Amino acid sequence: MTQQRSTSLTLNRRGLLGALGGGALVAAGAGMTARNADAAPEDAAKWASELTGGRNPVDDPRVAIDLPPIAENGNTVPVTVTVDSPMTDADHVTKIHVVAEGNPNPGLCTFELTPACGKAEASTRIRMARTQNVVAIAELSDGSVISGKKEVKVTVGGCGG
Amino acid sequence: MAASRPRVKVPKSAAKGEVFQIKTLVTHKMETGLRKDKDGQPIPRDIVNTFTCDFNGKTVFTMKLEPAVSANPYIAFFQRATESGEYTFTWTDDTGESVSETKSIQVG
Repeated sequence: MTQQRSTSLTLNRRGLLGALGGGALVAAGAGMTARNADAAPEDAAKWASELTGGRNPVDDPRVAIDLPPIAENGNTVPVTVTVDSPMTDADHVTKIHVVAEGNPNPGLCTFELTPACGKAEASTRIRMARTQNVVAIAELSDGSVISGKKEVKVTVGGCGG
Repeated sequence: MAASRPRVKVPKSAAKGEVFQIKTLVTHKMETGLRKDKDGQPIPRDIVNTFTCDFNGKTVFTMKLEPAVSANPYIAFFQRATESGEYTFTWTDDTGESVSETKSIQVG
């Protein structure tokens, strides 16, 4: 009896989760359309390709962006970019570009690293106009370009205007 | 407005091969160029656009800043201890003015 009851409970929960997931997908789709109308992700991609000399970055889990999930004040959002790299003379990160997809200007900053850094990690504080993705693009000494992405929700934008 | 009051945190000593963090902060308004004054005139852009860190005369870390970096820019990064020496930190802004700070470290 108990066994049966628990099975039906699980089924119900699964059905409910499925419905919720579907709703979330629709909401995400609507958000995407609104963002595309702004053409900001395209600007960001263009900016990034200029910085890297036309080399297309490949998504790679070695690039990690540490950002608060919700930034209450868009005027100063702490950001840390870490790239998993041994930082030796033969294999190191030369540049890390940080790009915003929803700011008036897509560029945030560029860190230029050397093997003397010992660890491919740098932090700063940035201004975010609204909820958007932050993209980090790392150029490696072997010529490859890898990237990572993270969304930050902004309560009050911080770009003046 | 020139950058002023640089504050830098470097450990006084480190073991050879140790990787340590350097934290820096400088006072600068980082005017984006997007804001308007009360008469509706745009306020010209004035930001710190370059930060460099040299160790014993060799550049070891550079940062190019855009208007999106917050006022009073905070920059933190890592270094591997190889030898005793002196770090020189330089911030340069749009007006061409720069401010520097030096810190020494004992390695061994």
